[in-house]
Amino acid sequence: MKRGLAEMLRGGVIMDVVDAGQAKVAEDAGAVAVMALERVPSDIRRDGGVARMSDPALIEGIKAAVTIPVMAKARIGHFAEAQVLEALGVDYIDESEVLTPADEANHIDKWGFTVPFVCGATNLGEALRRISEGAGMIRSKGEAGTGDIKEAVRHLREILGDIRRITQADPAERYAWAKNLQAPVGLVTEIAETGRLPVPLFCAGGIATPADAALVMQLGAEAAFVGSGIFKSSDPARFARAIVEATTHYRDAQIVAKVSRGLGEAMRGEDARTVETRLADRGW
Amino acid sequence: MMVADMSRATLGAEKADPAPVSHALSASLSIGVLALQGAVREHLGALDRLGLRGVEVRHPDHLAGVDGLIIPGGESTAISMLIESAGLREALAERLDGGMPAFGTCAGMILLATDVADGRPDQHFFAAIDIGVRRNAFGRQVDSFETDLAVEGLGAPLHGVFIRAPIVERVGPGVEVLASLDGFEGGPRPVVCRQGRVLVAAFHPELTTDTRLHRLFVTAVMEAKGDEGSATAGAR
Repeated sequence: MKRGLAEMLRGGVIMDVVDAGQAKVAEDAGAVAVMALERVPSDIRRDGGVARMSDPALIEGIKAAVTIPVMAKARIGHFAEAQVLEALGVDYIDESEVLTPADEANHIDKWGFTVPFVCGATNLGEALRRISEGAGMIRSKGEAGTGDIKEAVRHLREILGDIRRITQADPAERYAWAKNLQAPVGLVTEIAETGRLPVPLFCAGGIATPADAALVMQLGAEAAFVGSGIFKSSDPARFARAIVEATTHYRDAQIVAKVSRGLGEAMRGEDARTVETRLADRGW
Repeated sequence: MMVADMSRATLGAEKADPAPVSHALSASLSIGVLALQGAVREHLGALDRLGLRGVEVRHPDHLAGVDGLIIPGGESTAISMLIESAGLREALAERLDGGMPAFGTCAGMILLATDVADGRPDQHFFAAIDIGVRRNAFGRQVDSFETDLAVEGLGAPLHGVFIRAPIVERVGPGVEVLASLDGFEGGPRPVVCRQGRVLVAAFHPELTTDTRLHRLFVTAVMEAKGDEGSATAGAR
């Protein structure tokens, strides 16, 4: 059940929104869910300071505005924020590196919650540790708020590359894989047998254009999170719609070309290599 | 929550699969799965376990050759918009009006319904089965649940995974209710309905490995194809 909703989001786009108006734009464009937060990652990056869970009133306003699922972010390890979000009735909690971590050793014990969690990962070991803590969905971290896709590509290739290598490994080598990944051998065995992560793998962090969405879907992501890429573009409604269509028809370059034509300015962005704070390094 | 800790691969695997569909026609059957968004792979997997090959439908051309269509679970608002933008609306309406067998689960049930409450004003419904549904009426994700269901004609109970499921509020005279849930104000809630060759479920049979509802649908597709064949033969 916990991963059930994640399966229903597959092939779709989850959009960051900061108010009810943006949530409507997202739903109108065909988003499968929205992520309610006070500032999109690029603004969090610009403003600095401590980034925390959103005001419950903001989350409730967004919930009231749309019929699609609503997600919200809690700080890494901040189980009390997660309890509040569960009490508010959000559909998914993102234990997110975009917010300032509350615990530098431990993530939230997600098995203790009814609401499902999504967590970021930069590699397979991190993904499996989050799953062992109860995450029902994994997303690449990418480098949020940059509009630079290279980190998300790196993370997807890391995760999916190791999955492919594990399926080729001798059964006796699974223990060494578990040791090197710092992950439970049971999950490694499951990957060896199914060739897939035990929960859906989505992409987040740096998607700014329809072609970015088509790229990560072809690499093996099962859905896309788009943060600053929509509401920091010159025409959010059109960008949102175009990214939704490119995510569905990711193998059809004619359609990706059609929706990309005359779209306007994508978010300006910055090179993920030169950012001052690397959000993807948060999480353990 | 009983499947929360089960893997994607083993979900419901304790139930033995029925034998593949064996019929002279099954080899030539082409069953489409509307592949715009949602649990597409799971439906293709169910067809595969029945020894059939599903066809992903994303474009009007893909629809032309299919003998029946599965509309998967997902977000009905997003699927509805994507049907429109892919130019599938007219082609789908035409095939459904022409009697193409269809099987809708959760969001698919909403899209096949005749009237929908709590939807979006621009959402399109195909009125392929005479039921009225209300979206997300069982509640938000934290209220999603699993339960065993007695489905008419299927024998042993079927495990139903409900996720933000629609509620059937009205059932037209020509509609058979194959399974209902008790414990709701105003009496039992239908969760599996059938009218002619259109079958709908409020839950997600594609998330378990129990393929009995898919088999029921495939049987209807084979019958429809058989009828078509004999009609053609008769016309000669």
